Amino acid sequence: MPTYESFVEGGKEGLSIAISIVPYLIGMMVAISVFRASGAMAFVSDLLKAPLDMIGVPTEIVPLALIRPISGTGALAMTTDIIRTYGPDSFLGRLASTMQGSTDTTLYILTVYFGAVGIKRMGNALKVGLLADLVGIIAAIVFVTIVFG
Amino acid sequence: MVNLIWVGLFVISILYAMFNGTMEEVNKAIFSGAEEAVAVCIGLLSVLVFWLGLMRIAQNAGLLTSISKVFKPIAVKLFPEVPPDHPAMGYILSNMIANMFGLGNAATPMGIKAMEELKRLNNMRDNASRSMVTLLALNTSSLTLIPTSVIAIRMKYGSVSPAEIIGTTIAATICSTIGAIIIDRTFNRR
Repeated sequence: MPTYESFVEGGKEGLSIAISIVPYLIGMMVAISVFRASGAMAFVSDLLKAPLDMIGVPTEIVPLALIRPISGTGALAMTTDIIRTYGPDSFLGRLASTMQGSTDTTLYILTVYFGAVGIKRMGNALKVGLLADLVGIIAAIVFVTIVFG
Repeated sequence: MVNLIWVGLFVISILYAMFNGTMEEVNKAIFSGAEEAVAVCIGLLSVLVFWLGLMRIAQNAGLLTSISKVFKPIAVKLFPEVPPDHPAMGYILSNMIANMFGLGNAATPMGIKAMEELKRLNNMRDNASRSMVTLLALNTSSLTLIPTSVIAIRMKYGSVSPAEIIGTTIAATICSTIGAIIIDRTFNRR
């Protein structure tokens, strides 16, 4: 059993993933840092704060929840930004980590899987995927609040 | 949609900065954001290489195949239209298992193969069959058991316990996956 060779072979795949996401991550992280630094993010957060507070959702998590089904690297950049700003062991850091890990990028999967085999009429796929994302996001908030809140 | 969001973030930020005099901060943020992105990728590199290396050993040792035997009864229930010994079932199982272990790159080709077989079962029509929507729902809700990249980022920013979010992640994943199956079944029953 060639354990070492297998390890190296799999490791190469990890290397190519890490390198291939560099441009995506730079693009998204610059956009998000600029949005935060300009003060626009704080402005939007303030607008949403009152209604979200009532249902117990932290405002800072909203941009991540919105981008998660649309762009995988965008969400990764957003998660990184939240962890960097609020700390990995803060409530927001843990919530962002859980949300990032527990759902996948619906639009990407839809495009790749159906695109590859030429499905033109998607049926309920988009609706099911997005509703499942919503379930995942709510579940993440609930579980993180119970375990770490 | 991503294009719109990306350009939108920049346009809104620059307009906002012009009216509120935060241009200086925006300038700094461009460079700090880019630097941070590179640092994150380097942080991810070590963990991704190590984890995917270990997973390849598991794969070559046949571990994933034996795990897929355990999950077969579940898959047969989830895909009642697929005959249990049809090649589509094999690909569906490989796709599920690869997702569980965070092997996104291995999961995608298996998922596409499964889709091809499902299309054949659907007489090559170009609409999505019930099984296809189920497979898609399973993938978008992500069955990940070990969120490798999240743990790597948490390590990079000095978390006391980088892996402590595995429990909540698995719990949330199970909810969204069960949610996906229930939502899928509800739509399909009509």
